[in-house]
Formats: sequence, C-alpha cells, structure tokens
Amino acid sequence: MSAPAIVSDGVSGLALPEKPLITITPSRGWVALDLSDIWAHRELLYFLTWRDIKIRYKQTALGAIWALIQPLFPMLIFTLFFGRLAKMPSDGIPYSVFAYAALLPWTYFASAVGNSSTSVIGSSNLITRVYFPRMIIPAAAVMAALVDFAIAFVLLGALMAWHRIPPTVSTLMLLPLIALVTLLSLGFGLLLAGLTVKYRDLRYALPFLIQLWMFATPVIYPASLVPAKWRWVLSLNPMTGVIEGFRSALFARPFAWNSLAFSAVFTLAMLVFAAYIFRRQERFFADLI
Amino acid sequence: MRPIIHVENLSKQYQIGAREAYYETLRESLMKALSGKKNRAPEEFIWALRGVSFDAMPGDVIGIIGRNGAGKSTLLKILSRITEPTTGRIDLYGRVGSLLEVGTGFHPELTGRENILLNGAILGMRRAEILRKFDEIVAFAEVEKFIDTPVKRYSSGMYLRLAFAVAAFLESEILLVDEVLAVGDASFQKKCLGKMRDVSHSGRTVFFVSHNMAAVEGLCNRCLFIKEGQLAGDGSPHELITKYVAAEAVPENAARDLTLHPGRPGGMTGLMRRVSMRSQSGIAASAIRMGEGISIQVDFSGTRRFRPNINFTIKNYFGVPVFSISTRVQKRFQTEEAITAGTLICHLRDLPLLQGNYLVDIYLGEEYANLDIVYDAISFEVLPADVFDSGQVPTTHDGTIFWPAEIELIPAGEAVSSPSASRA
Repeated sequence: MSAPAIVSDGVSGLALPEKPLITITPSRGWVALDLSDIWAHRELLYFLTWRDIKIRYKQTALGAIWALIQPLFPMLIFTLFFGRLAKMPSDGIPYSVFAYAALLPWTYFASAVGNSSTSVIGSSNLITRVYFPRMIIPAAAVMAALVDFAIAFVLLGALMAWHRIPPTVSTLMLLPLIALVTLLSLGFGLLLAGLTVKYRDLRYALPFLIQLWMFATPVIYPASLVPAKWRWVLSLNPMTGVIEGFRSALFARPFAWNSLAFSAVFTLAMLVFAAYIFRRQERFFADLI
Repeated sequence: MRPIIHVENLSKQYQIGAREAYYETLRESLMKALSGKKNRAPEEFIWALRGVSFDAMPGDVIGIIGRNGAGKSTLLKILSRITEPTTGRIDLYGRVGSLLEVGTGFHPELTGRENILLNGAILGMRRAEILRKFDEIVAFAEVEKFIDTPVKRYSSGMYLRLAFAVAAFLESEILLVDEVLAVGDASFQKKCLGKMRDVSHSGRTVFFVSHNMAAVEGLCNRCLFIKEGQLAGDGSPHELITKYVAAEAVPENAARDLTLHPGRPGGMTGLMRRVSMRSQSGIAASAIRMGEGISIQVDFSGTRRFRPNINFTIKNYFGVPVFSISTRVQKRFQTEEAITAGTLICHLRDLPLLQGNYLVDIYLGEEYANLDIVYDAISFEVLPADVFDSGQVPTTHDGTIFWPAEIELIPAGEAVSSPSASRA
C-alpha cells in the first residue's frame, strides 16, 4: 500500500568535492573573522540595505524628506538659540552652516549606531531561520544610514552655495572622513548589536547616551571654545576628530591632525575589537533571540 | 558513492529556559560583577540532541520524524548553521539551502518582485541567478498579474505560493525543509511535493521534517526517527513510521480500567473490567495509521453464568456512529458453554477510517439483553497515511471513510456502445 515513491536510483550528476566545503564543529573562545564568508554574502548586504531604505520610505508619509528633517530641525533650533540668542562663537562662519556641517555627520553617526544596535534583535526571524554572516545585519543598518546621509548632504551643498562658501581642495578630505565615520559607526554598531542581544536594556539607555555624547562633541560649539590646555580631553572623544575634520574640509581651515589621527587609530582598534566580540557572541544569537 | 553529509556524534545542549529568558539586564550583570559573586541559579541543561551520527548520500530524500521537541528542528538548525552544536562534527560536501519557514524575510510592504529578490538573497542565491530564474519563479507561484503589488495585498495562498517558489529554485546540493507543507491548500501541497521530487531526482539531497507521515512516506526513501534527542531509527520510511506511530501512542491510553468508568449508565452490572487496544503488529497502541487495523480486547468477570454477546460501536469525534460490530448480527462466534468470566477480542482489520479521533461504545450481554454498557469506553486516533499512494491524503472533508475505487473515462465520441446511447 505504501512503498516509497522514490527509489534512490543512484542519480548523481553531482561531482562531490574531495574536501568538505564546510565543516561544522563547536567553536570555543575567540573565532576567526572569516572575512571571505562576508565577501561571499556581499549581495545580501546590498539587499538588506535596500530593504531597510525601501521599507522606511514606503511606510512613512514624508519618505526621503525624513533624512533631511533629522539634521535640519536641530540645526534650525540650535541656530536660533545658540547662534542668535546665546551668540555662540562659530569661528567666523555663519552659525547655521557651522552647525549643519557638524550635525550632518553627527546625525549619521547617531542613527547608524542607534539602528545597528537594535538591528540584530530586530532580525530575529532571519537569525533563527537562515544562515549568513550575522555581521551583515548591523552593517546594512549603517549602510542605510549612509544613504540618509547622502540625501541630507544635498542640503549642505545648498546652504554653502547660499552663504557663498566655495568648495576647495580640502573638500576632498570629506571622502576619507566619511569612510572614517562609517567605520567608527560600524565599530560601535557591531559592539552594541551583540551586547543588546544579551542586555536588552541597552536599547533604552543608548538613545540617551548618544544625546549626552553629542554635547561632549564640538557639534553645536567650536572646539576652540574649550581652553587650549583642556583641548586634549576633547580629543579623546573619537567623534571630535571627525566633526572638526568635516568643518576643516568644508571651510578650508587647517586640520587638527592630532585628534584626527587619534580618531583613525581609535576607529581601527574599535572595529577589530568589536568584530571579534561580535563573532564571539554570534554563535549564541539564534539560541538567545 | 561517497556521502554528501557526514554527521558524527552530534549533540546540542540548551540551558533550561534558555530560549525564553536567558538574557540578563545590565543591572544584574553589573551587580554580579560588583559583588564578585557568581550567584547563578543551579544550571540545568537539557540535551536537545545527543550523539547523533549518520551519513547522507546524494539523491537521498530523508524524512525526519519524531514528536514535538524531539530535536528534529534542532538538527536542521545545526545543519543549516543557524546554531552551533555543543559537540560533534558535520562535514558538508555541498552547499546547504534551508527552508525552515516559507517566506523568511518577506516584507508585507514590498512587492512580489522585490520580495523575490530579497528572499532569494537571504536564502543565499546570487542576484544573477535570481534574475535568470525570475520568470520561472513567478510562473510557478502563479502570481504574474500581481508581481508589482505589495504582498500585503496577496491572499494567503498567493503569499505561500510565492514564498515556496523562491525556495523551490534554490540550487544548493542539500535542501533542508521544515514543516512547510503544513500550510497551504491541497493543490499547493501537491505542487510542492512534486517540486521536491524533481529536486531529489536531480541527485540533490533533501531533508524533510514533517508531521505529515503520508507526505514523508510518499516522498522519502529513507527516514531518521529522533526520540528524545537521540537517533532511535534510521531506515525505510514505512518501517520507521510504523515504529514511530507505535511509540507515539501513549501506552496508558491503550488500555482503560472499566470498573469505575464514567461512561457507564446507571443500573448496569459492571461486568466489564478492562478494555485495551493493540495495533496490527500486536503492540499496545492507541493510534494507528489510515488503512491499518486495531484489536480491541475486553476483559469481563461476573458472578452469574451467561453466553456472552458483544457489540462495539465506533463513533467519530462528533459522536456519530461510523459502524458497529455485533455478535448478535454477524453471528461470528457461538459459545456453547455459559461462563462467568473471560476475554473478548475484536480484530478490526484494514480500517477505512479517515484521520481523526474515534470513540468506542461497548455493549456486553446475552442474546437478548445487555448486561453492561460503557459509552466512550476508550478512544483511538487514526493518523494520516498515503493510502492511495498518490502523495495525497483524503481528509475528513472528503467524507467519513476512504474507499479505493477504479475510475473509467469514456470520451463522448466513443460512447456509442454504452447503455445510455440506446436511449436515444
């Protein structure tokens, strides 16, 4: 009544490789980063980024305008209160451009870190159902924030044209600076994404901490406001080099190489550290989520 | 032939409750760190999988059966690298595609087209590969007209077809499928089974977890039976499914004490003491598969001598009688001697009952009068089976019982000699 419908008839058009493609064994302690595996899944990074952006713009009435509003509104408020009323010094640059030039990378950093920190717990349906290098999830969150950054960047161009601030050779420095802030965001994002899986309350603490962090960074005030002998303290903040670097690149002023160098070294160290921490925690994601 | 998968001594341990509340709050961790105490509750572990070893050959279609929580899904999750084993080793000589849920990563706001691209990428397909197969996927899913509509506007059937279609075109040499056929209507299931058959014929290896024993039997050439995390059997689907069904049936349900049974109406003698059931193979069982038989045994003892007659009424779960067996009607046995105690066994062979639960009423008495009656004395379950060898299981929507038939088709033009033609 019920003979098996399929008899293994020895069809094997498949030539099996000599060595296993993949060997699965329990991992202990620190694990290799396995960058080749991430490279093999690079298209997924593209698709997840694309999905994040597409969904966000489909679900919101304002769509891409949100990307402009996020740095624009704080800029207007800060310009009113700090620029006009408190007469905050802005190194001789119109306060609105001065603030926006910093709010742009800051907003990018803040939303990249914020989104990537919750990205892993937000992707539980993927993590429990299909394998791919998990680092792609926070990386896609950072990439989606980069797209917002690009949109908001258009407004910066408009503001600079309005105030007749011409681009110079220094403006080219923006490219390495954007790369730097992207990697820094990725470093923090990876670290926090992994930790948030285990410590769920980080989700609530983080927006608050990022808010505080902004005030510890020369976003709404110039670094020159801090007395010279204390300026090194400000430079211990890796975002100081980035923000000041943005202003130097845009307004053709000398770069603060010290704080920039510190930022770069910090970013690399952070990225490597965070990647290893993430890999170490990754193996528990599917069980914990 | 060399195996495409080699699994050796695979185990997976979970902390009890780990899946619910393993994560701690930062405060707890800080307190722990500050107080320097490791005040963890005594850790309890369970082995979701223990010491599992097997090899799979190219072209094998392996059904994984076992009750819920036996470790079937854990095995698939380890094979697909979603979670790591605690001990053991797996060598994979091919790429693994896993379909542990239809539509992983599908987003309701995205259109059918967008979801195909996204889902394909998530399942590990290359963009070029997805684009090459795009038309085939859409045709398989039968959603051509709605391909640019957000999937939230799809009917559930369309959604499932689309989701399965993407996975069906995965080119990995090893395909892991978990219970995806539990969803969808009959024609969709048929289509999926057909596709999986094609996959296996192309020499690829399929692992198939399902509670649908009929599908497992119809599709697989080999079966792994997992019981409490261990491999309890590895062999032919028919043999293992029978073993599983027998093991699945809780032995306590296979017998029932009748002395104080609530189903006995007032004024009865309490002559019947115990009822028990056995499967065709003779093991105590409260579940059989469609098409199999069951024996019902009644032990009785009283004080007065009588010539026993018995009647069993098999009712479906709504209480509607499906059929009765009565020694008064069927006259299948005659007792010469009147007795006070004994055992009556009724062998019901090759039952054409559809899947579901059935209740048994038992009447015991003399030629003209019942001495003892117990309603709903015992119940048994009939599990689905591919009784027509078609990959399809008749359901209770199709009637009360199943019955094999031969169907002839006489095309209209050639029907001259048929009796109806003479009427003209």
